[in-house]
Amino acid sequence: MNAMVPPPLIAADWWALGPTIALSAGVLLLLLLEFVPSRPNSSRAALVSLLALVASVIAILRVRDVKRSLFEGMFVHDGFTVFFTLLFCGITALAILQSWDYLKRTRLHRAEYYPLLLSATLGMIVMAASSDLITIFLGLELMSLALYVLVGFRRSQLESSEASLKYFLLGAFASGFLLYGIALLYGATGTTQLARIAQFLGDSAALKSPLVLAGGLLLLVGFAFKVAAVPFHMWTPDAYEGAPTTVTGYMSAGAKAAGFAALLRIVIVALDGVQADWRPILTWMAILTMTVGNVTALLQTNLKRMLAYSSIAHAGYVLVALVAGGTDGASAALFYLAVYSLMNLGAFGLLALLGRQGEERVLISDLAGLGFRQPLLAIAMTVFMLSLGGIPPTAGFMGKVYVFGVAVKAGLIPLVVVGVLNSVVSIFYYLRVTVAMYMHEAHGEPVEVAWAIPSTIAVLIALALTLYWGVQAQGLLNEAQRSVLGLL
Amino acid sequence: MAETFPWLSWLIFFPLVSAALIALLPARAERTIRLWATLASVAELAFALPLWWRLIPGHPGWQFAEHRSWLPGLGSSYSLGADGISVPLVLLTVILTAVAIVGAYNAVEKRPREFYALLLALESAMIGTFFARDLLLFYVFWEAMLVPMYLLIGVWGGPRRVYAAIKFFIYTMAGSVLMLVAILWLYFLNRSVTGESTFALDAFYRLPIAPATQVWLFLAFALAFAIKVPMFPFHTWLPDAHVEAPTAGSVILAAILLKMGTYGFIRFAMPLFPVASAQLTPWIVGLALIGIVYGALVAMVQPDLKKLVAYSSVSHLGFVMLGLYALNAQGMAGAMLQMLNHGISTGALFLLVGVIYERRHTRLIADFGGLWKPLPVFASVFLVILLSSVGLPGTNGFVGEFLVLLGAFRTNVWWAVIAGTGVILSAIYMLWMFQRVMFGPVKHPENERLSDLSMRERLVFAPLLLLVFWLGVQPQPLLDRMQPALDRTLALVRERTAVSERMAETQEPLPQTKEPMLVVPARGIR
Repeated sequence: MNAMVPPPLIAADWWALGPTIALSAGVLLLLLLEFVPSRPNSSRAALVSLLALVASVIAILRVRDVKRSLFEGMFVHDGFTVFFTLLFCGITALAILQSWDYLKRTRLHRAEYYPLLLSATLGMIVMAASSDLITIFLGLELMSLALYVLVGFRRSQLESSEASLKYFLLGAFASGFLLYGIALLYGATGTTQLARIAQFLGDSAALKSPLVLAGGLLLLVGFAFKVAAVPFHMWTPDAYEGAPTTVTGYMSAGAKAAGFAALLRIVIVALDGVQADWRPILTWMAILTMTVGNVTALLQTNLKRMLAYSSIAHAGYVLVALVAGGTDGASAALFYLAVYSLMNLGAFGLLALLGRQGEERVLISDLAGLGFRQPLLAIAMTVFMLSLGGIPPTAGFMGKVYVFGVAVKAGLIPLVVVGVLNSVVSIFYYLRVTVAMYMHEAHGEPVEVAWAIPSTIAVLIALALTLYWGVQAQGLLNEAQRSVLGLL
Repeated sequence: MAETFPWLSWLIFFPLVSAALIALLPARAERTIRLWATLASVAELAFALPLWWRLIPGHPGWQFAEHRSWLPGLGSSYSLGADGISVPLVLLTVILTAVAIVGAYNAVEKRPREFYALLLALESAMIGTFFARDLLLFYVFWEAMLVPMYLLIGVWGGPRRVYAAIKFFIYTMAGSVLMLVAILWLYFLNRSVTGESTFALDAFYRLPIAPATQVWLFLAFALAFAIKVPMFPFHTWLPDAHVEAPTAGSVILAAILLKMGTYGFIRFAMPLFPVASAQLTPWIVGLALIGIVYGALVAMVQPDLKKLVAYSSVSHLGFVMLGLYALNAQGMAGAMLQMLNHGISTGALFLLVGVIYERRHTRLIADFGGLWKPLPVFASVFLVILLSSVGLPGTNGFVGEFLVLLGAFRTNVWWAVIAGTGVILSAIYMLWMFQRVMFGPVKHPENERLSDLSMRERLVFAPLLLLVFWLGVQPQPLLDRMQPALDRTLALVRERTAVSERMAETQEPLPQTKEPMLVVPARGIR
């Protein structure tokens, strides 16, 4: 090993590292701030977190068109990283706005919440930005560990602890698989860098090695767990149900997007040469994920569980984009992930408003009679549900058009037919929500809706963007297309 | 035509904006809400009527055309256009929406604000569907129609409204998602041939498509439209939706939404995929004929007035499909006329059933009898509409039915013969129903004190009666406006058939993507 002196960081590198630095600083500051006494329900922590996010966004926007590879290729800054950093910051900002009042109302307002949220975000950004299996794993663990704790945040509730434990145990297994996969790939190729793995696989002699295949499969298992793809989805409904509602929204959007970010980079950068091997696997995984997710969601009475299965199904749609492959598939996946995060966060944000202090009212029947009593909530919920179901003019429709479009382009008509038929199945359970709101009367007292300014802002942002991207998606399309250009 | 003002956009978005404004009114101000909804729909009518005079029938191509960039990255544009096919249908839409809104004054007791707002939003989507000449835009409007209609049925409908609303939504969506796949397929096919990314209908009209591909694309489009029409085996959502929907919903559903299906055949399925369409003609005509006879027979035995009218729609729409697939000038013109006639007469029939339901809260034929005595005006209006529906000469129904039969006769005598039995059957079930409801002694004492049509209700039926007679006696102005557009469609069908057949002879199917459709791991581990 010859000792290499890493090249010095230039100014652009520092801006590129801005989000990681700002978020780390935010986490530390939040922890330190706890030593300074404040009012019991102070909004200080939320504000500091938002500031850290704003700083991250400002930093990354200064170098959005720059491409840099840092730390000997362990951390890359390109359009892909920028896209996901912005997405994760947006997701976290919405989640913070939603948590602001929710935490106080549900008496979960404890010091650790926001630092954990920011660390998870940090982990996600690292996942999206790394082009080395080791850093990807680092980011993944940072995100996962924070999320395990956040899922169990309702300490007094048994189901929350159960969810946390389940998520942790299964997650630890998945991490094990992933790490083992990394080890096997390293054994076969002698490197953990994605680009070098690609080079190595390009030499073809290595392809026969069972180590590569086994390693690749194990990697896939690990990521399939994180993005909740069938058959590694078992933890999802329990974890989603047990977690505090705002955390559910956050992880359903963020963790899934982060898992896909890393998976996309691996598939596109490292495994592009061996498409024929992973494509059939991903095809069947996509079919299973869509179908199992949607069909199981039909049977749910609890909205959180229903949305959990729906989020599984949506992972299937993103997988369709992955199967289509290439820059097209990647940009479609990015587009879909952004849209999906938005509408899912919106829906969970509305759920977080329901119920009085300390009670959780998340059954579909709890929504009965809200349609005309709470017009904003009902309209927003309807829009999110229709968007999830892919009905125009909502962002979800555009996302589906784009994803299925690239799949048609790749000649995957049968897969697309399975996909669109799945969205017909899905519309049934999304409609059930509107049925409950508009067409059923509440038994007894209708659910109380706890409006607060931050959560209202979050709802309005999500609603406006869902409709805006449904009508005029060109901006987001451009972003998604531009972001994947540097990848191949 | 140098058009400066975006008329079509104005027509599409005026109702939507009105709907939004009405939604902001206070919920208690019911009178104000009704007033504004009525004003909005009448204003829309006033805006749309000039199209009738300003449309130049012989003008080749789109009129009042608009074109704006929408999603340049995908190649989809916001482009609208009208011709002799869409203008009459849009006029029908605005007239019936206005009529439905005025007709619903008393029927909608709960939440009139939301009701009228949704009705106006629905109007926007319907007009947009007729004017869109970009396939993605068309699809957006097409699907956007579902939501307001779903809510209208589900919130203001009858006892089984939730079931009916969901069934309506799922059925329609199941058909249309496959159409979306076909649209995407067409898009990439066009791109691989011309290198141009576009969803423009005109571009697809120029695209030669290999017959084998056409079959699949046609099936996907035809399924979406056949469900909407509804053609025979796909019609089961219709009785449920019609019966459960509130009167205004049934009127719009029958008068306009069903026409979307037949319009889709004329505008998209037939000219885009003429070879496949010709190959499958026996099947489509077969289903249309089954629909005609089956709808009529089932209508005959219905104890419920609304269900009877609903099944009569299945039968009448069978006529429209038969006319279209006769593939000649008479059949096409008859089909178009029949689309409008059905809109007018069935819309009116649903309103009439609504009138009697408001008074008696029942729709069972057995609960009536001898209504002519207490309700002479109502009964006369009913009679006229009913005769128009069965196609009595002098009413609008006659001209359309006659042309359809003539067209069918020229193509295949047996089609006309079977369809002719449908005419007879429709006379039987309609007149028999009328006899049981209107004639004889008043069997139920509750019916004696019923009040006849109010001034408002007479006002609602007046334009419809006017149209019945005007189109019955003087259909020529309407035919003049439609004929050139229909001829162009027919010419397009013939021309594209020739192109495709030449393609089939000379070469293999178009260059398609080389990649396998669904990747199957055939090689095992390498």
